[in-house]
Amino acid sequence: MNASPAGLETPPVLRLRGIRRAFGDHEVLRGIDLDVAAHEVVALVGASGSGKSTLLRTVNLLERIDDGVILLAGEDVSDPRTDADRVRGRIGVVFQAYNLFPHLSVLDNVTLASRLVHRIPRAEAERRALGLLGSIGLGDFARSFPDRLSGGQQQRAAIVRAIATDPELLLLDEVTSALDPELVGEVLELVRALAARGTTIVMATHEMAFARDVADRVVFLDAGRIIEDAPAREFFAAPREARSREFLSRFLPEA
Amino acid sequence: MPSDVELGRRAFRRRQTRRSVLVSALSTLVLAALLAVALIGSPGWARVQQTFFDPEVAVAALPRVLQGLWLNVQVLVVASVGVLLFALLLATIRTLRGPVFFPLRALAAGYTDLFRGVPLIIVLYLVGYGIPGLDFFGRMPAAFWGTIALILTYSAYVSEVFRAGIEAVHPSQRLAARSLGLSHGQAMRRVVLPQAMRKVTPALMNDFVAMQKDVGLISVLGAVDAVRAAQIETSHFFNFTPYVVAGLLFVLLAWPMIRLTDWLSARTRAREQAGSLV
Repeated sequence: MNASPAGLETPPVLRLRGIRRAFGDHEVLRGIDLDVAAHEVVALVGASGSGKSTLLRTVNLLERIDDGVILLAGEDVSDPRTDADRVRGRIGVVFQAYNLFPHLSVLDNVTLASRLVHRIPRAEAERRALGLLGSIGLGDFARSFPDRLSGGQQQRAAIVRAIATDPELLLLDEVTSALDPELVGEVLELVRALAARGTTIVMATHEMAFARDVADRVVFLDAGRIIEDAPAREFFAAPREARSREFLSRFLPEA
Repeated sequence: MPSDVELGRRAFRRRQTRRSVLVSALSTLVLAALLAVALIGSPGWARVQQTFFDPEVAVAALPRVLQGLWLNVQVLVVASVGVLLFALLLATIRTLRGPVFFPLRALAAGYTDLFRGVPLIIVLYLVGYGIPGLDFFGRMPAAFWGTIALILTYSAYVSEVFRAGIEAVHPSQRLAARSLGLSHGQAMRRVVLPQAMRKVTPALMNDFVAMQKDVGLISVLGAVDAVRAAQIETSHFFNFTPYVVAGLLFVLLAWPMIRLTDWLSARTRAREQAGSLV
């Protein structure tokens, strides 16, 4: 899938303008502007502490912003009068540490939001969830509790939980960082499949090779600012900015 | 078929087990014998045996004391349910956010501070003799006011247990729930509280065991429970044996719960250390 400019007739799925966030004196986000079109896969890269995770949390309204505007499909969701729960229900999030609910079976984890937030009858929610779990080889684990699953399986279950309600936007926050190296592949494979299916994804990642393969665009963050925003192939083949080159040289020695 | 080395190790472990069983049996016997000799050999033993361990008085007092104990059990059941509900309410109020809830939060915090500080027996007197004086309610039995006092006091402790449990659930769980679009209340009910309950079950059962014997205090209001019945029988026979009977009955009542609590916390510990030798 190629990077497509934001359509004129339909607003982008996500539009960020001048997002700022400080923790005390420490400015984590210093004016972020970003557009994500439908079906686009955007990789956020940058060193730890560059603001990737905070940016994802602000998009999902899990983090307050100090300034700026967040538009979700053209609607200003940063307005304090917005029903934040409803907005979060339209966005899927996957965390670094999976954060599955340990007291619920995998199936209940996946169907919880469908049943409680989207008011889908249990039978229908479970039928859908079982289909999704089966399609990624977790069908046999539907009735198991998360602690019976490997890290890779847990993270894939967490991804299924995030997409079970057909969110307009999927946010992935370093979803492979907590995994053993041999388990990273299966999770990335699932993300690749979602991208191929046309899911709109914004992902913070340290997996440069994966970002190069799957992302349409790469956004390089440094100290709370976007330093470079380029098509993935261009970014990895010929980064424009000196800081991007320096950053990449640490991850991809051959670049 | 295990190797010879493993068979040797197993034989050694079997010998070791036999030895430790023998040693522990022997040391128990010696200790019991020493205690018995010291007790029976003491100069006042005959008198103590007569006034505290008279089998005839015990048999004669048993029916009345048992009847009293039945009242304790009833009060215990009602109070336990009341404590669970009220404590959960208090703990939930203390986790509410937003300025509207400030007075409620402050009230709940003040309540737990106050009732954890006041001795139960004073609460019993104040509730048992004070509230009826308001003449709001008709005449209620003493056991009713005793139950209220128990609920008031124990809820303060148990709500703190709940609150500790709620805070022990990792914030990322709440975050994950909210990220799915669950409201604060839904996240609390479906995600945080179930996990908090699991974490605090042993502590809750401990409080239950404590309450199991504190139900005996309702006797100060004149309710004829096991303690009060024992007191009546004691003055009747001029012999303290009924108190010993009541004490033993309370132990018997509490014992299953004590064992269950121990077993449960041992199991939790075993799960957390699964696969470890030390």
